[in-house]
Amino acid sequence: MTLTSVAVPDAPRAARPGRRRLAVVLALAVGTFVLFVLTLATGSHPVPVADVVRILFGATADDPRWTVIVEEVRLPRALTATAVGAALAVAGVQMQTLFRNALADPFSLGLSSGASIGVAAVVVGTGGVAGSFTGNLAGLGRVGVVIAASLGAAAVLALVLLLSRWVKSAVTLLVIGVMIGSAATAVVGVMLVYARPERAQQFVMWGLGSFSATTWPDLQVMLPVIGAGLLAALLTAKRLNALLLGEDYARTMGLNVRRSRNLALVGTSLLAGAATAFCGPVAFLGLAVPHLTRVALGTSDHRALVPASMLAGAFLALACGLLSQPPGTDSVLPLSAITSLFGAPVVIAFLIRSRRGVQGVAS
Amino acid sequence: MSDTMTEPATGTAGRQDRDHAGGLATQGLAVGYRTRSPRRRRANRPVLSGLDLEARAGELTVLLGPNGAGKSTLLRTLCGLLPPLDGRIRIGGTDLAHQPPATLARRLAVVLTDRVDAGLLSVRELAGLGRHPHTGFTGRLTAADHAAVEWSLKAVCAGHLADRPAAELSDGERQRVLTARALAQEPEVVLLDEPTAFLDVPSRVALTVLLRDLARDKGLTVVVSTHDLELALRVADAVWLVDRESGVHAGAPEDLIHNGAVAAAFDADHLAFDPASGTFGLHRTARAHVAVDAPANVLPLLERALAREGLALAAPAEPTADRKVSWGGPGRLTLTGPDGQVVRVHGFHELTRAVRTW
Repeated sequence: MTLTSVAVPDAPRAARPGRRRLAVVLALAVGTFVLFVLTLATGSHPVPVADVVRILFGATADDPRWTVIVEEVRLPRALTATAVGAALAVAGVQMQTLFRNALADPFSLGLSSGASIGVAAVVVGTGGVAGSFTGNLAGLGRVGVVIAASLGAAAVLALVLLLSRWVKSAVTLLVIGVMIGSAATAVVGVMLVYARPERAQQFVMWGLGSFSATTWPDLQVMLPVIGAGLLAALLTAKRLNALLLGEDYARTMGLNVRRSRNLALVGTSLLAGAATAFCGPVAFLGLAVPHLTRVALGTSDHRALVPASMLAGAFLALACGLLSQPPGTDSVLPLSAITSLFGAPVVIAFLIRSRRGVQGVAS
Repeated sequence: MSDTMTEPATGTAGRQDRDHAGGLATQGLAVGYRTRSPRRRRANRPVLSGLDLEARAGELTVLLGPNGAGKSTLLRTLCGLLPPLDGRIRIGGTDLAHQPPATLARRLAVVLTDRVDAGLLSVRELAGLGRHPHTGFTGRLTAADHAAVEWSLKAVCAGHLADRPAAELSDGERQRVLTARALAQEPEVVLLDEPTAFLDVPSRVALTVLLRDLARDKGLTVVVSTHDLELALRVADAVWLVDRESGVHAGAPEDLIHNGAVAAAFDADHLAFDPASGTFGLHRTARAHVAVDAPANVLPLLERALAREGLALAAPAEPTADRKVSWGGPGRLTLTGPDGQVVRVHGFHELTRAVRTW
């Protein structure tokens, strides 16, 4: 009972977590900027970094062709990677808190597959996918694809939320997510039979995932949608914190749990839907980034976790984008292959390290 | 602080004199579940009904009852997690049904049975979650909020744990920190659903006494449900006892022991409540009586050891008992069996093995 006096020497230590968080956020911001510039500089025609920075700030480069390459090809790609990385990471944070399940993310619980159905429906119906199909697509078509993808993601998320009422084990829920994903893939496969062959071919390419298929008109749709989703997540950080101890505690702390859940559902669906519509299903980014960020920050406090996850997601997405286009070659590796290569080990490491994972994460 | 409470805002129903300022009171409360049957929609299935209970500010009220009697249902209804089927719940005279959730959260806080997964939160951050109903839109903690968190951690003697990761706490420490989280809400009423369930005996005693002291020192209304009957009857200021017939008895522990409610609720084939000691004993009819010659300080231990073997002490004035046990110094016992055979044994374990054949 007299031990409370020990708290006094601890007082200086209390200031440290805040400084650590600031350092992590600053490091991520600098790293993201560096990778952003690198993305603009590398590719089949390298552009000197100094010229990239000059072009970014509106000055003219030594070679006018560089300006065209950077502005028309690489800037959209870099912006897409940044936005989609942030979107998937924040969607992952929201889902992991909402389900109280460390393995939840848009890909693992089938949201990306749901979004694929939406995209496939538009492809079969009107014949166009945003990003990969820039040719004959009007603005409305792009918006239509985003809406369809978001609706598909929302339908799957609502279904999984409903099932999670009965399924308490995280691993079981994950298996259900994988099953929903396979079912959605099967539906897409059937739908593609009725699509024109070249459309089906392009859909398959889209399904491998890529940051490099978006153009400025695509970005005009994607950036506002993802921006709104990210803003909503930042504004609901307090709600997400209240949900950390479960819905019952959240309710007794005065939180309107149903409204919070619906807000997170809409936000997550928009983020996952927009990201998937333009870049295809990107695996594991949404799952791995929140874990890595939590460990780096040393906290689950969403007021730090949400903004830091945005930066970490953008950072990792840019890194994966760079890796998917090895410098000096013209070959482009499928994005999902890269993200899976580092994402899958994170999941396996998590399952092995966590005692609760071994026991089936019964919460 | 108890005198400064405002008058109840709703109605002037007849029994307001019973609404203790700051306390928790129920009037005609029915708790249970709403089921939807295909034919009759929304049938109510009450578990407990007609409850007129009161928990006073500054007192520890303990909710007792056998498993499945409805303790958790009652507590979850009082928390606002289940809607009441009928009746009212009042805090300090204000009807709970008329309070928006955020206002209610500033008056009532809970510690639930679910084991929480704190993730990567420090103890201070975990307790700080309790500030939710007090913080603004962004959830940023002000200096006053930080002070409230430190105060709540000190109140449960967990100030030294503040910078530890919450996931690394022992069961007893975690329950104290969850209690601190509830206190950080700065409520008038704290409800705890079986907070001692996973704890070892010293932690149980420590937590229960801590809750009583919190009620006394901070003027809180504390309601705890527990299975720890003997401890509760010793420490509680008031008891709500749910019996097997879904009746609820309220009163001081001694009231309920005296009127036989405790015995009626918990006595079973092998368990009998002893009103004199306030403890439970194994209930067995003695197969024989034994005359005992031992000093007074050893007598209760001998009685326990013999009772385990189905033997009772013979009254001193009763010379007819042919079985005899006499204490001949530390651990040395002389036994005289029913057949007159005399055995010397050492210690209680040898004693019980020797008398088993009597």
